[in-house]
Amino acid sequence: MNPVIVISVADNVGTALETLEPGRVVTRDAAAITVRERIPRGHKIALAAIAAGAPVIKYGNSIGTATSEIAAGAHVHTHNVSSARGRGDLASRREVPQDGRIAEPPDDRRNA
Amino acid sequence: MSAPVFQGYRRPDGRVGTRNHVLVVPTVICASVVAERVAAAVAPIGTALPHTAGCGQLGPDMHVTHDTLAAYCGHPNVGAVLVIALGCEQVVAQRLAEAARAAGKPAEIVAIQSEGGTVRATARATSIARAMAADLARTPREACDVSSLILSVKCGGSDYTSGLASNPALGLVADRLVDLGGSAVLGEIAEIMGAEHLLAARAPNAETAGRLLRVINRVESEAMALGLDIRGTQPSPGNIRGGLTTIEEKSLGATHKGGERTPLADVVPYAGRITRKGLTVMDTPGLDVESVTGMVGGGAQVVVFTTGLGTPTGNPIAPVIKITGNARTAASMADNIDLDVSGVLDDRETLDAAAARLFDDVLAVASGKETATERLGFREFAIHRRNPTI
Repeated sequence: MNPVIVISVADNVGTALETLEPGRVVTRDAAAITVRERIPRGHKIALAAIAAGAPVIKYGNSIGTATSEIAAGAHVHTHNVSSARGRGDLASRREVPQDGRIAEPPDDRRNA
Repeated sequence: MSAPVFQGYRRPDGRVGTRNHVLVVPTVICASVVAERVAAAVAPIGTALPHTAGCGQLGPDMHVTHDTLAAYCGHPNVGAVLVIALGCEQVVAQRLAEAARAAGKPAEIVAIQSEGGTVRATARATSIARAMAADLARTPREACDVSSLILSVKCGGSDYTSGLASNPALGLVADRLVDLGGSAVLGEIAEIMGAEHLLAARAPNAETAGRLLRVINRVESEAMALGLDIRGTQPSPGNIRGGLTTIEEKSLGATHKGGERTPLADVVPYAGRITRKGLTVMDTPGLDVESVTGMVGGGAQVVVFTTGLGTPTGNPIAPVIKITGNARTAASMADNIDLDVSGVLDDRETLDAAAARLFDDVLAVASGKETATERLGFREFAIHRRNPTI
């Protein structure tokens, strides 16, 4: 049994079905890939070099963007992939709209 | 080969049930304990909908609460309805009873304040519930066409096996059910984010695709408005430990369970009635219990719930079938798992064979076979709310 499952021909990552130790050689079709670092079971391995800023492809679709160059055989996870969705942390902070609100009086006038 | 059938309960309104419950519905949180005690007296045929809403709610949330409770009262898995009211709440007990009667079911109301306290209310309601249960025990199951089934497809506690084995197997079941004239419903809008282009491409027209994209954009905007990175919530910490890196990856794996080719027939609001054949997307959050609550409210009579890490979630009126593609979870959480499809990943079983086993199990469960959640009494119920309680 191949310890790495690849879903689509377009994918540049595969999923480890068992923990892969560095130095182990896995195959994708005819290509041999040397595992560069420990990859836990269920985590992803780069099947080819992925340039910083390039899409990480699984299921034939982008699952995010590489945040640094990823070598073939490297562990691909949250440390080197960024999501493009739901990133409120990157959105510029906007002022809360004040339209329609009644301004609160300053404290010193509240009981006047 | 003749079309497969299951043994179900035909209801006066033409819908078909897979269970035959006496549903004890509290109008408001204040009546929830009484409702639970009454249902427990006639369990397992008696089942309650304890909830935390029903009063202090602003307009839109009030409607969602009312519509969800009313949907359960009219649901085909319910044979009779007993509403437990307090007396001063927002939810109108009479409207819930009317929803049951409109579907041809007997319905009664017991109000705690007018009954003279919880002791008297519990006693009278229990006696009504016992009579209802005795009547329902005589309802026969009959052979019903699978086209009357609405299957809720759900995943929770996902890991790498979900997108590789259990969700694709469930997707084949959804495709087959739709081929046979049935329906499937997929919720969890946040977990479609990143895969919406695949579902939108299956819409019959731009209008339906547009409705899907609008709900997804709304959910993403709500998350963005808080100024937070959605990661850590979606995927969850457990998902990330399990190998899922981004919401796009989780979504691409998750949407497999809605089938590969079923047309996207409709997009409905939370607990909104599912009326079209094919795949319906419902506007639910990803939180498991709220999501299952909504999809069953929409009319699903059976839920198939895939899990990688294992989870107990059930439902008060619909059987929930748990399947996993993770062999370790199948062994370590055997009490909670109905079907193990981990053979798909180590070549012990083909995906088609796993899907065939699951399809057969759906029909067996629809015909009355007990699921792990039913055996263990997991009957969680939670109504989605979007606004503060005031």
